[in-house]
Amino acid sequence: MQNKTRNLYLIPYVFWILLFVIAPILLILYYSFFDIEGQFTLGNYTDFFSPVYLTMTLSSFWYAFLITAFSLLIAYPTAYLLTKLKHKQLWLLLIILPSWINLLLKAYAFLGIFGTYGPANALLEVLGIGAKQILFTDFSFLFVSVYIFIPFMVLPIYNALEKLNPSLVDASRDLGASSWTTFRRVIFPLTLDGVKAGCQAVFIPALSLFMITRLIAGNRVITLGTAIEQHFLVTQDWGMGSTIAVFLIIAMAVFMIATGNRRRGI
Amino acid sequence: MKQLVRMFTAVFLVAFVLIYVTFQLNSTEGYSSGNTLSIYNWGDYIDPDLLKQFEQESGIKVIYQTFDSNEAMMTKIAQGGTTFDVAVPSEYAISKMKEENLLLPIDHSKLSNLKYINPRFLNLSFDKENQYSVPYFWGTVGIVYNPKLLGGKEITSWNDLWDGDLRNQILLVDGAREVIGMGLNSLHYSLNDTDEAHLQEAKNKLNALTPNVKAIVGDEIKMLLAGEEAAVGVVWSGDASEIMSENDELDYVIPEEGSNLWFDNMVIPKTAKNIEGAHEFINFMLDPEHAAQNAEYVGYSTPNEKALEYLPEEIAGDKRFYPDPSVTDKLEVYDNLGKRMLAHYNELFLEFKMYKN
Repeated sequence: MQNKTRNLYLIPYVFWILLFVIAPILLILYYSFFDIEGQFTLGNYTDFFSPVYLTMTLSSFWYAFLITAFSLLIAYPTAYLLTKLKHKQLWLLLIILPSWINLLLKAYAFLGIFGTYGPANALLEVLGIGAKQILFTDFSFLFVSVYIFIPFMVLPIYNALEKLNPSLVDASRDLGASSWTTFRRVIFPLTLDGVKAGCQAVFIPALSLFMITRLIAGNRVITLGTAIEQHFLVTQDWGMGSTIAVFLIIAMAVFMIATGNRRRGI
Repeated sequence: MKQLVRMFTAVFLVAFVLIYVTFQLNSTEGYSSGNTLSIYNWGDYIDPDLLKQFEQESGIKVIYQTFDSNEAMMTKIAQGGTTFDVAVPSEYAISKMKEENLLLPIDHSKLSNLKYINPRFLNLSFDKENQYSVPYFWGTVGIVYNPKLLGGKEITSWNDLWDGDLRNQILLVDGAREVIGMGLNSLHYSLNDTDEAHLQEAKNKLNALTPNVKAIVGDEIKMLLAGEEAAVGVVWSGDASEIMSENDELDYVIPEEGSNLWFDNMVIPKTAKNIEGAHEFINFMLDPEHAAQNAEYVGYSTPNEKALEYLPEEIAGDKRFYPDPSVTDKLEVYDNLGKRMLAHYNELFLEFKMYKN
């Protein structure tokens, strides 16, 4: 009897997963076997292994890696600091606040800030460095992406740090470990799950970024996301778009497994 | 849990109140669900006051949606599902939509204002006898440049863009046909060329342009050029006139090697439900005074001959935006190259974007 009700509760979940997770993935897989004229083909897959798409894949991974690395570098100390502050919730709210604002709006704001006559260059001018081209460079692309993704990195790390039992840190210090050793041997390993979750939340969306590549990088950075958008909206080559999507899904699955939590069932 | 319930109740309550208010507002203004007209147009491509005026005069509620490429528009119409009563595709898209049976014929007897259109823009190759489409705007692709930032240098041709002095100064519009077409034109090939050797040559020539290209952007190009973010931009003529109205320093030129001449026409897609209203709207836009008001707002060139009389002389007499037939005769209209060739153009464009020197 109890088992039956439990199964009943499962129905909406199973439906949801089937309709919005399994079915779309199967559809993408299905479309990837058709060429632009609707003929069955494996050509999309051979095309994917041409130099154009391979370079694109490499550069997507490289930029996603950089975005994740910089986010982590900034987010970890921030999260650590947050746990030490008095009004934690308020500070945390302030960090999450920007993610309530529409992404497009934020990107447009950066167009103004980084422009030749924008405040960023005015500051450089005052500092005596002189105006530089900031917009449409790798720097601006990474900066804006990191800015957008930081809340997603801070939150899981903050949660992990909050859960950390402070007596473990005290014990480590009492037993004579320096603060660096304490961090390296106690704090960081115990918050590794948060770091992994944060990396997943940043790396995977970063891999398929597309709008920012046009707005902030002026299409000088091309990622797989850009190519998918092009194929679906402009060329109407849904087959090739789907093929790239299939590879993205595979890449993401590999990344999830690689960073996944191996200690199951605690 | 209690808090959660309270929050959701609040959200639902607000939503219901809003729906009720809109419903009330609509019915007091005499709009009912049956009397609506869905218009699907390019972004920033109509004077919003005209839409209000049309609503008042006809009593039809306008639902206005925008697209940013012909391809996106066609995909949405081909998929069906959404009602669009009027759309504004470009010429090659019209011939493609005709082929795919996505258009409904237009009843000329319902368009009393069609006679004001300059015959030069009627009965064109992509739609003989204007069976399916009526001219909305026309224009060219060319170069906007800022002589002040270029130290007084003048630009007259595509090949001027390859000048080493223009390093990091050029903004390109994010369109495969425009950019590949520019490459082909600079080599004096047709911008409808499908010869593989010519296309590769054009791509290699474009690759050599990359040091000069600052960015390849969408509609932001207007804001960036007006703000003097870069000195040179490859844009559609109407965007150029809009940019120039914001910044007097800039000038526009139709390159001497030739360029693209395009037409955006109003059509009634197969998804239309309010065909009567669609004709009424098209006729409304063909009215010379309305066409003039729209042309002044949008900045593109109107094909409406009578409307030119209502436009100030500095607009209607501007040869950069209303070039003589002797100039436009040398320009080319995009052919419908077919899906496969279009995909190839896009592939080349993608390779150009990825090229790093």
